[in-house]
Amino acid sequence: MATVIIPTPLRKFTNSTTRIPILATTISAAIRELTDNFPDLKKHLIDSDGKMAAFINIFVDNEDIRYLDLEKTELKDDTVISIVPAIAGG
Amino acid sequence: MLLIEHSVLNEMVFNVEYSVDERCGFLIGYDENENRRVITSRPVTNAYKGSQQRNFEITAKDYLLAEHFAVSKGLKLVGVYHSHPNQTALPSHYDETAAQPDFSYVILSTMHGKFGEMRSWRLNDQDRFKEEQIYLYPIQYHGNSNHTHTLAEIH
Repeated sequence: MATVIIPTPLRKFTNSTTRIPILATTISAAIRELTDNFPDLKKHLIDSDGKMAAFINIFVDNEDIRYLDLEKTELKDDTVISIVPAIAGG
Repeated sequence: MLLIEHSVLNEMVFNVEYSVDERCGFLIGYDENENRRVITSRPVTNAYKGSQQRNFEITAKDYLLAEHFAVSKGLKLVGVYHSHPNQTALPSHYDETAAQPDFSYVILSTMHGKFGEMRSWRLNDQDRFKEEQIYLYPIQYHGNSNHTHTLAEIH
């Protein structure tokens, strides 16, 4: 199973769990599985149009999925998926 | 309530003073009951590609390094600080829009390079900023031991 690492700001929505094993084999399925198990995460990961939220980055084994196959990026059993909040302001 | 060690305030002020650009960093500590305690900070590069006088951005790499650092010390990231050069310490609309849940967003205002005031904000359940009270510790006394100094008096 692949593993998702939850960043500190989102752990309040995963009962403080940091590493979550998932069965999914693509990023989009992983996000769906994650939000099915932790519904409060949904609005922080997916926007109202069903796309990835603006201030979230997803890394697969340290590679940004924007440089891979975006939500279609495939996962292996030993893949580590890091959700990284985009920290910004004005 | 956000409890910030005096030395951490000094670290932040050292980072943000005399810069016309916004400076930023992470706050590291732990939560205890209703309070959040900051015991160290970690300055990071403002990576915003544009006018840094009005914006800041932290790279994913710097985020991950800070999170690993915090975990290695048995602590956690509790928030972010950034400066508002020649502006108040009130959050901008973008500050609120981009804010992450559960993080404390400390804003340090500088005027003509010098540190002015510090305020902190955290998203509520409606994703709106609510100000959180800051207490500095240990309180510094200046002569009159019967008088507890306010933040404004200390600075």
